[in-house]
Amino acid sequence: MKTEIREAILQHQETIIEHWTTELDKFRTEDNLQSITKKVYENTNREFIDKLFLTVQNGQEDVHQELIQYAERLIQLGWPLNYITRGLQEFRKVTVETISKSGVSYNNSIEFFQEFENWLDGIVNVLVNEYSGSWENTVFLQKMALKELSAPLIPVFDKISVMPLIGTIDTERAKLIMENLLDGVIEHRSEVVLIDITGVPVVDTMVAHHIIQASEAVRLVGAKCILVGIRPEIAQTIVNLGIDLRKFPTKSTLKKGIESALELTKREIVQIDE
Amino acid sequence: MQVHTHVEITSEWGIVAARQAGRKLAREVGFGSVDQARITTAISELARNIYLYANKGQIKIEELADAGKRGIKITAVDNGPGIKDVRRVMEDGFTTSGGLGAGLPGVKRLMDEFIIDSELNNGTKISAIKWLR
Repeated sequence: MKTEIREAILQHQETIIEHWTTELDKFRTEDNLQSITKKVYENTNREFIDKLFLTVQNGQEDVHQELIQYAERLIQLGWPLNYITRGLQEFRKVTVETISKSGVSYNNSIEFFQEFENWLDGIVNVLVNEYSGSWENTVFLQKMALKELSAPLIPVFDKISVMPLIGTIDTERAKLIMENLLDGVIEHRSEVVLIDITGVPVVDTMVAHHIIQASEAVRLVGAKCILVGIRPEIAQTIVNLGIDLRKFPTKSTLKKGIESALELTKREIVQIDE
Repeated sequence: MQVHTHVEITSEWGIVAARQAGRKLAREVGFGSVDQARITTAISELARNIYLYANKGQIKIEELADAGKRGIKITAVDNGPGIKDVRRVMEDGFTTSGGLGAGLPGVKRLMDEFIIDSELNNGTKISAIKWLR
């Protein structure tokens, strides 16, 4: 930033702060800022404008770290991005208005405006980047978390494993299910695998297709698949859709599935008489 | 007041969003759990077809009130490649994508009314209605 502009802004510091604070107070009542107490709002405003003036004084490079820290704190406290952008917009308006009234001819020149806009854009970029970075990070973490709760194969008895499926099955998860299923069957030496779809909200043709393919693959590695946890409404939609599951042993509940899996592996659970 | 929702299908997440919107409206209209599952599954099929064949399109879900009858209408619109032979896609087991080929005939059976309108290279529009009994 040029020295003339810096000095002009610093010269009118008090007026700018005063007007800016009044403008910001006006939109406290709107949006999602209402839940914030007056005191906290005023403190945050003061800090915001201090940071801005610090940047005017020392140049953006020196204050860069502080700006980022300020944005990080706002993100953590859940302040909307809207607060930052509006704060900066008001700052531009108030500053340009105040300075252009000062009577110095340079302060009305296009060059002055451009210089000032460039400087402000730099700050906008830093703060908005910080915000969007944190959103991207959140989305990424949630995707990872979703993947982690995807489709484990659990050995429940010798030769019998269960794969509980929960949530929406998309192409990516379907692939994962297939891989986990085959790896698990070989690793645990399973003879019977129960696929439990109690937690799958919608079984459409694609989901059915993936399950059929998975069970076919399981058959190829020498094990048997039983589909369990078919809720009554899912059973009806499967029939309506005309999906052929005749080749496929199915059971209504996991309990019944385990009973028939034990039968298939020629075992049973008996009560011991004392 | 009639409610309608638009969902843009541009990725697999759009399918989930359309489905959830459909289930919510079906519940509000007063459909039972079996019909809710039917409607959601039909939306899922139509939305997936959009995603699979046309890459992008819209699903519109609206409440119907007609001569004392209430229902829900799903409209799927895309500007994709269109369907070459509408009669064949309504046959069970016909597929061009290696799927089960049960999608469109399945939707027809899941719903009460079904209209398909498609022109080669000019997109597809499918509407399906389920009435509340």
